[in-house]
Amino acid sequence: MIARAAAVAAVLALLLAPRVASPYLLTLLLPAFAYGIALLGLNLLFGTAGLLSFGHALFVALGAYTAAWLTTRAHVRALEVIVLAAAAVAAVIAVPVGLLCVRYVKIYFGMLTLAFGMLFYSFLYKFYALTGGDEGMRVLRPTLLGRAFAERDMVAFLTGPFYYYALALLAAAALVMWRIVRSPFGLSLRAIRENADKAAFVGVSVRRYRFYAFVIAGVFGGVGGALLAVPTGLADPQLAYWTHSGNLVFMLLLGGFQHFLGPIVGALCFLVLQDHVMSLTPYWRFAFGGLLAAIVIFLPGGLLSLLDRGRPA
Amino acid sequence: MSLLEAVGVRKLYGTFCALDGVSLTIPAGQFVSIIGPNGAGKTTLVNVLTGLTPPSSGTVRFKGQDVGGVGPVRLARLGMARAFQLVNVFPGLSVGETIAVAVLARLGRGARLFASLTGERAVWDEAAVVAELFGLGGVLGRPARTLPQGDKKLLDVASAFALNPELILLDEPTSGVSTADKHAIMEVLVQAAARLGIRSIIQVEHDMDIVFGYSDRIVALHQGRVLADGAPAELQANDDVMATVVGRARA
Repeated sequence: MIARAAAVAAVLALLLAPRVASPYLLTLLLPAFAYGIALLGLNLLFGTAGLLSFGHALFVALGAYTAAWLTTRAHVRALEVIVLAAAAVAAVIAVPVGLLCVRYVKIYFGMLTLAFGMLFYSFLYKFYALTGGDEGMRVLRPTLLGRAFAERDMVAFLTGPFYYYALALLAAAALVMWRIVRSPFGLSLRAIRENADKAAFVGVSVRRYRFYAFVIAGVFGGVGGALLAVPTGLADPQLAYWTHSGNLVFMLLLGGFQHFLGPIVGALCFLVLQDHVMSLTPYWRFAFGGLLAAIVIFLPGGLLSLLDRGRPA
Repeated sequence: MSLLEAVGVRKLYGTFCALDGVSLTIPAGQFVSIIGPNGAGKTTLVNVLTGLTPPSSGTVRFKGQDVGGVGPVRLARLGMARAFQLVNVFPGLSVGETIAVAVLARLGRGARLFASLTGERAVWDEAAVVAELFGLGGVLGRPARTLPQGDKKLLDVASAFALNPELILLDEPTSGVSTADKHAIMEVLVQAAARLGIRSIIQVEHDMDIVFGYSDRIVALHQGRVLADGAPAELQANDDVMATVVGRARA
């Protein structure tokens, strides 16, 4: 009941934010929407299927570089096309990577995904002609539903039309993921998470389903990455670096991986918090390390698990 | 035609010979118990029969198909299910969900990405029917981890039964359960099998009351070989077998 009221209030606040909030806060929310999408995918793997990926940033980077390449090299500006292309590119890469990774579980799965992330990082770094090397690639301003909004400056564009575009895309991604989690496939994934051996004996194709989850997660990561690249204006190799994957896992733990909205809440809180702490101290990483430790020890279910308190288990 | 057939099955672990030329033919419709002292090879035999471990030599055929080492998923598709000695459930899934997973897998609907789970009326109805047969109809919404031990065991078996297999292998279905509950569990199990039309059951069991009370046929293993194979009355008449396998001569 409280949870539902809080969710409705949050959605209303996000819808009304461009009218009341400062452009500064709004530009802070934009990457949170993008990360929210990417994390919905990561949480299908972790929260639902029980596989913790330390290489999810690979797909975020793929999406961002797809956006960069399309806007600067191919002169494609339509964000709809960019998002679809990012999804397709992520899927194409997720297939071979997933085929290899889902043969392993637990720490081996985590390490392998980490390895692929670092492999891609090196690729971005070294293949200067294609990726711009350490300088990365610029991401030019896209058009939304065929409109360029040329009369607006960049901040007005981002905090106005693009804000709603990103919010709508996040809502659509959440709806799709909601369907997936509550489908027969979602139930099969949960069975695999709970007891993979038993799942196999009742006829669930464990490895195949893990593979599907991996590809879906990759696609969400790619879409999130494309959306992230627009307000950033840049795609650089750091996006694929392992610390970025670590941040994604941090966001998930912060919000709560057992809750459907945990990834989105985690992304929002992480970015707002990061912004505040960074303005207070240059040692913000130190503060975040302490925070992560505190969450794992005192609040392993993340922020949203606070809503469950006082509710019968 | 025989439903399940093992011919000259040997299984070596290094130099240790766990199964030393086991041949068995199990026709449809029998309740077969596999007995034997610890280390006789019972669990290895079940693992080989269920395609979990490939035999070192020899063949295992289920409905005429070679199933040596094919793995559990294919076996479930072919119509053979298995329940485990140790309680084996999905701790966080409810009773209804646990059975629904099996029903969905059997119907080939487990990979439906965007279908509504709550919309799968037939699946939930069937899960409820199966749960009811195992006395779990009243706890459909309860997470498996909160069930008492005996009910967990029944849930494990129920989810295997929900595959509507032609043959089910039960590895000590009553282990870890109090003696008083053992017969109750066997009654539930046998009646559920009859209601669901599962006619062939192979069980590994230590409790001789259960073995002699329910089996059509008993296969006694000793040191990786079939020591005796026959109706309960035949085995009981054989003092040598009883002494070796059961550890006591007939009174």
